[in-house]
Amino acid sequence: MTLRIVPVKRGVAEFNAQNLLSFELNGRVKEAATQGANKIVLNNIFGQRYIGTRLYHQDPLEIEVNGTPGNDLGAFLDGHRIVVNGNAQDGLGNTMNNGEIVVHGRAGDILGMSMRGGEIFVRDSVGYRVGIHMKEYGEKQPVIIIGGTSQDFLGEYMAGGTIILLGQHRGSNITHKMRFIGTGMHGGTIYISGNIKNCHLSEQVTVLNLDKKDHNIIDKYVRKYESYFRVSKNKAMNLDFKKIIPVAKRPYGHLYSH
Amino acid sequence: MITHLLPEFLIERDHKRCIRCKVCLRQCGFDVHYYDSDDDQMLVREQDCVGCQRCAALCPTNALIIKPHPHAYKPNLNWSKDHIRDLTKQAETGSVLITGMGNDKGLPIYWDRLILNASQVTNPSIDPLREPMETRTFLGQKPDKIQVEDGMLKTTLAPQIMVESPILFSALSYGAISYQAIESLAKAATKFGTLFNTGEGGLPIPLRKYGENAIVQCASGRFGVDAEYLNSGVIVEIKIGQGAKPGIGGHLPGGKVTEQVSRTRMIPVGVDALSPAPQHDIYSIEDLSTLIHALKEATNYEKPISVKISAVHNSAAIASGVVRAGADIIALDGIRGGTGAAPKAIRDNVGIPIELALAAVDMRLRQEGIRNKASIIAAGGFRCSADVIKAITLGADAVYLGTAALVAIGCTLCQKCYTGICNWGICTTNPYLSKRINPNIASQRLVNLLQSWSLEIKEMMGGMGVNAIESLRGNRHHLRGVDLHDWELDLLGVRGAGR
Repeated sequence: MTLRIVPVKRGVAEFNAQNLLSFELNGRVKEAATQGANKIVLNNIFGQRYIGTRLYHQDPLEIEVNGTPGNDLGAFLDGHRIVVNGNAQDGLGNTMNNGEIVVHGRAGDILGMSMRGGEIFVRDSVGYRVGIHMKEYGEKQPVIIIGGTSQDFLGEYMAGGTIILLGQHRGSNITHKMRFIGTGMHGGTIYISGNIKNCHLSEQVTVLNLDKKDHNIIDKYVRKYESYFRVSKNKAMNLDFKKIIPVAKRPYGHLYSH
Repeated sequence: MITHLLPEFLIERDHKRCIRCKVCLRQCGFDVHYYDSDDDQMLVREQDCVGCQRCAALCPTNALIIKPHPHAYKPNLNWSKDHIRDLTKQAETGSVLITGMGNDKGLPIYWDRLILNASQVTNPSIDPLREPMETRTFLGQKPDKIQVEDGMLKTTLAPQIMVESPILFSALSYGAISYQAIESLAKAATKFGTLFNTGEGGLPIPLRKYGENAIVQCASGRFGVDAEYLNSGVIVEIKIGQGAKPGIGGHLPGGKVTEQVSRTRMIPVGVDALSPAPQHDIYSIEDLSTLIHALKEATNYEKPISVKISAVHNSAAIASGVVRAGADIIALDGIRGGTGAAPKAIRDNVGIPIELALAAVDMRLRQEGIRNKASIIAAGGFRCSADVIKAITLGADAVYLGTAALVAIGCTLCQKCYTGICNWGICTTNPYLSKRINPNIASQRLVNLLQSWSLEIKEMMGGMGVNAIESLRGNRHHLRGVDLHDWELDLLGVRGAGR
């Protein structure tokens, strides 16, 4: 691949992404990073996929995405910060390893699928199967914070990490309607503020009250959420959390015999 | 109520030969042998014997014979011993029966009904001992056409991976098999110049030095998958399906997830490693294309992306979609492919033989003019070099060996891989058992296997008057069928013998 000169001024590279294919755009972002940019601003993003994916082995970057990015934003992301000023699509943070993604809008299905590290903040709501098969190991503790609500199968097959649902919309509480919460869940924790019906929980999970440790975790991320999305202090969110955890580490062990 | 299961094996001990050394007791992970100190003799619980022959192999005085138990119900051609045994177990437990290794049900093996050609009079055969024979194979997307200028290739080629012989090791994941077993495969692949496949268990850090000979898998569980892992091998393989269990995922039982396995898979110790049936970001060919390109992005377009599918009814149409989605390699796994654990009902009844799937896929891609866009790797029960060369002749670029490689390092196909106990040290993470494999010796055996099969392939190629495996690929003129129906000959694209 030929190296194209990318204008980098005081560490910032700014692109007009109009009419660029995903392949071309991501190539230029990589070139900018290679040439020493530490912040990259992408304007007129219109459906380009895999933003941030090709940046393995680069120093931590800040990427500002203005517009509507396509699927798999930050897939396999390894330690950068991506801020999206707009709505994100499906597969955001797919198998993400490290870093932070902040979405000033909503996001689609399978957000944070198989995510193993880093943090994702979504101001509004998200689609189906969010946090599916998230994992954790040692210091790698992925976290997903969602301002609004989600669709069905939240935390399906979840094996680790934390999902926090604030249940807020423009300063007021909204009603959750998602079903099959935590189907096949065998690790990790989901915190949900607002009412959920028991019949919408899967058989593999149970609901607990919060202890001090839980409050500390939630407070930390709610504060971050408030500062990222400029939630004004005098309009404090009315939050009332439930904690959802799996019943067993081996949800399907009894179904098999030799 | 009594559950009565006939023992599968009879253990005959020659008490005159037995010196009570207790080797059998220590070698058996299933606790079949025990010592009776009152009578100073070794006794057995034969209902627990799996017939792996480990004790017999290590008995210093050859005092043991393990053979199928002659116990029988009233003969019944409809209700076999197996059927009664399985049904009884299910009546007791109410659960799905699990088994290991590949289908053992005696489905037609087309390799045995396909025969190879040889040169006589009208074209000379070649002696591989004195003339160069080319078995090198390049895996990856080939261009539609090439441009040469001043003797130099002007066309930019997609990434190509070279192997010395078209025989690779199939996906065997760490956690399912022992560290020593995967290290043996990695060492052998490196020494011989071929590839091993991590399966979906990740690649332990100490084994990343063998990365130049590794295919790293990205499966539905995404265990141990991060950018560093994806970039540690030379090919990334998306696992959609496996021949032994098409359409379903896998459960590595928590008991097998030891500290070291947990570190590689990046999940806590003792937690089940659940691989969902589908990849949840793939519900269509378009979605597959998305993941293929996400992986190309994550590896900077430097590595071929392979897509592994099980051989099923519409493999040809599916393969066409997979190629159009951007895969550089298609791995096709047939119904006789092995596994560490699968529901018996699925292993024995789902999928199609690799011979039919391979022939159908190769022909379909040729008809559509896209055969060059992807290499084909065939898998699923290759037993000898003749199977391999016939697969090449039916259109495969290379083959995957799983079961055959394990047999080379001691496996006796007892099919108990799912128990976590393997007396040969292969399919276990118990350190007492797994240390029975010495990777230096085991890897040499694997190299010997690759070498002998490659030599045999060269001999057969020479006999046909072909000196490069490239000329044999998909060259069905060198194959004939025996004892096959017209529809089978038609599907395989070969003529009946004598024609």
